[in-house]
Amino acid sequence: MKIVNKEIKKVDSIGLITGKPFYTDDLVANQEFLIVKLLRSPHAYARIKTINTSIAEKVPGVEAIYTYKDVPQTMFTLAGQSYPEPSPYDRKILDEYVRYVGDPVAIVAAVDEKTAEKAMKLIKVEYEVLEAVVDYEKALDSNVIIHKEKAQTNYDIGYDNKRNLSSSYLEVKGDVDEGFKNSDVIIENTYYTQPQIHAMMETYRTACYFDVYGRLNVISSTQIPFHVRRHLARALEYPSSKIRVVKPKLGGGFGGKQTSVCEIYPAFVTLKTGKPSKIVYTRKETQACSNTRHAMRLKVKIGSDREGNIKAIDIDVLSNTGAYGEHAPTVTALVVYKTFPLYAKVPMRCKANIVYSNTTVGAAFRGYGATQGTFAVESAVNELAHKLGIDPTEIRMKNLVDQSSTVSGDIKRCIQIGKEKFGWDTRKNIDLGNGKVRAKGMAVTMQGSGIAGLDTGSATIKFHDSGDFSLLLGVTDMGQGCDTVHTQIAAEILDVPMDKIIVHTADTDISPYDPGAYASSGTYVTGNAVIIAAKKMKDEIIKMAAQLMKKPVEEIEYFGEYVEDKDGNRLTLRDIGERAVSFEAKNQITTTGTWGGETSPPPFIASFVEVEVDKLTGETKVIDFLSVVDCGLPINPALARVQVEGGIAQGIGLALTEEITFDERGKMLQDSLMQYKIPSREDIGTNIDVVFSYSNEPTGPFGAKSIGEVVINTASPAIADAIYNAANVRMRSLPMTSEKIFRKMYLK
Amino acid sequence: MLLTLNVNGRVRETIISPDEYLLDVLRKLGYLSVKRGCDTGSCGLCTVLVEDKPVLSCSTLAVRAQSKKITTIEGCQEEAKRFAEFMAAEGAEQCGFCAPGFTLTVLAMMKEYENPSDEEILHYLNGNLCRCSGYVSQLRGIKKYMEAVKKDEDCK
Repeated sequence: MKIVNKEIKKVDSIGLITGKPFYTDDLVANQEFLIVKLLRSPHAYARIKTINTSIAEKVPGVEAIYTYKDVPQTMFTLAGQSYPEPSPYDRKILDEYVRYVGDPVAIVAAVDEKTAEKAMKLIKVEYEVLEAVVDYEKALDSNVIIHKEKAQTNYDIGYDNKRNLSSSYLEVKGDVDEGFKNSDVIIENTYYTQPQIHAMMETYRTACYFDVYGRLNVISSTQIPFHVRRHLARALEYPSSKIRVVKPKLGGGFGGKQTSVCEIYPAFVTLKTGKPSKIVYTRKETQACSNTRHAMRLKVKIGSDREGNIKAIDIDVLSNTGAYGEHAPTVTALVVYKTFPLYAKVPMRCKANIVYSNTTVGAAFRGYGATQGTFAVESAVNELAHKLGIDPTEIRMKNLVDQSSTVSGDIKRCIQIGKEKFGWDTRKNIDLGNGKVRAKGMAVTMQGSGIAGLDTGSATIKFHDSGDFSLLLGVTDMGQGCDTVHTQIAAEILDVPMDKIIVHTADTDISPYDPGAYASSGTYVTGNAVIIAAKKMKDEIIKMAAQLMKKPVEEIEYFGEYVEDKDGNRLTLRDIGERAVSFEAKNQITTTGTWGGETSPPPFIASFVEVEVDKLTGETKVIDFLSVVDCGLPINPALARVQVEGGIAQGIGLALTEEITFDERGKMLQDSLMQYKIPSREDIGTNIDVVFSYSNEPTGPFGAKSIGEVVINTASPAIADAIYNAANVRMRSLPMTSEKIFRKMYLK
Repeated sequence: MLLTLNVNGRVRETIISPDEYLLDVLRKLGYLSVKRGCDTGSCGLCTVLVEDKPVLSCSTLAVRAQSKKITTIEGCQEEAKRFAEFMAAEGAEQCGFCAPGFTLTVLAMMKEYENPSDEEILHYLNGNLCRCSGYVSQLRGIKKYMEAVKKDEDCK
């Protein structure tokens, strides 16, 4: 391989780092776009009794103000999922009821931000404040019903609005009760994970305008352009053929932009006024009024014999979807889908309730439920190991899935490599003598590569007269580098240098359909589509050359920059391209590949961490972090490594500092980056290490599996166990802040 | 009120309201590399150089920059491009949204420190958040870039 598995610079890297204007708001800056702002509910749950916009409308420069009386009544979901979406259709653009602090009450469009803000203050709203359920543990069967209107569901997802149940399910593998009967040791504990915030650097934003063809153009920082188009069509009751969604460069997503958070508001304004409009969420809105990782309570019961052979695992999940059910059924399913196969021979059962409450919406976040499940199950396995006096690596060797015909890659090998590299067996607790203790911990995890039997990506390649190629993709690069990885794959197959491939993404008018960037599907699903399109292109070029050279196809061989017949006559790609589009051949060569997987091959990670706990204050620092990753063959090892490093940092944030709390009235208290502590450079330090354990995934492009999400999952259980080893306190609630650790140490 | 700035070596005059922040004025003038990431001076994305010192433009009133020398990344493309090559070689940029403010801070740091240790680099750049990279690749890129610049200077 010449290009695949090479550390090639990202195709957009120099432009991005030198500050070129490619992001949503750069494309419309300093043009006359109406500024859209949302008046938001101060109450966690209320009915709008009266709303008077007449004074606000008189503010000079106010274009329009819309309330729930002005919007279409069709209900929808904003979850970025393939149609028919598993999420309940429980939203309206604006509703008479507001269901969390920050739920939109009115849409204001004005000439500038100041005018819009002035108008917002003059909108008179009289609320009937209703009793709210802010604590999701009290939501199920509460006397407060958050959605009185029954939502449409496309599948049986265990929805019951009368019980505040957005979704529920039961998944069983093997005979769990029998497993517990045969156990010598059973331990049962409850774990909590918090509503983590994506905190991507570019907040949510969208700009809309009508083009010369009278079509609604939507420029949006989104991971899911095709789903956005469909959502807009449904919510606005407007034909999708008249909507075009363009995704420029994205300033990060991490799953946050897998939900159509803000597109609907400017789209509605432009539709109504005919004028260009844009919305840019403030950081505060992005923190408190978009979506978060689902907070979960996970009760785990685990049974084992004395030798550490796990006999059964039972998980009882309560998940908080907040005010609306975006991604409610699917996120919680991953608690199961990504833990059951890891412990393949262990009988497992999971019962889950995903409840509505009056808090910000829970939705997609890198790891997508597997993160929460991993924290609980891996913590439980670690606790079991301690109870039995078995090394945490050994108990996993006894119970984890083996490499087999159904699983490519080897989690056990990841552990072996990691143990050696980390010096696991020789690293002991170190008492630094100043109240600080260092200790180690570990955990493993898996994810998938795309959604099996569902995710279907496409790629189109166009052969130019100049002999180079355009690669058109509907998948979205949000920084992870899929534009580059797909260019590498196409260049490898077409046997041309990278700069002969012009990558274009994503524009719903032009790009082939792709569900978008989520579920770790980019490299695996769309990558396979690129291979199909590129192979077809090679065949078409050979056919064209045969026609031009008047030789049978079998006698022509493709060598990338040129083709050659068996007599040694050559035609360059440039010659072929030029003549193909001309009157001579009349054939503009374009090929498309579409691919969807029957399976979702799992990437694996084993992580090893050493932390330093200050036993005086509970402050915990990560000293050393090693992840051994099996993602098949990394297409671009440099980009893959940085994805792992970034995921580890996000995982460390989840584990230690990223705290979200609500006051008794349901207002989020950490709604800025000042209060919500994502890791900074000094928090992460220098010692994050990544090792790849190569394997070959037969269904993956060049043997690759995806890596986007799996990287975040191990940090919290590994750190929790290291804290236990250092300070002898078992942290079962994330984040493990110094305050919580201190309390546990001294206020038992 | 009339504000006069020297942006990237060019004198710009513009009418502003007294409560406008430097970030918004610069974006209005077309310096779109200047990004807003938060509203609380926490993320460092909006960093520009005022008289060669890194400053958070989202929390600096534009009037305070009156007659001052402002540098955005548009004004140091050559250095930025060279630095970008080292960052890109590590795969250290992902979404790139934090890159302009971060790059300017790196360039400012190099004027202040001759041979910064890892700890000094992390401390100097601690106010420049990045949610994608996990920072360690950026540190690798910075160190290699600094070595290369130093080698060039030694050759001179």
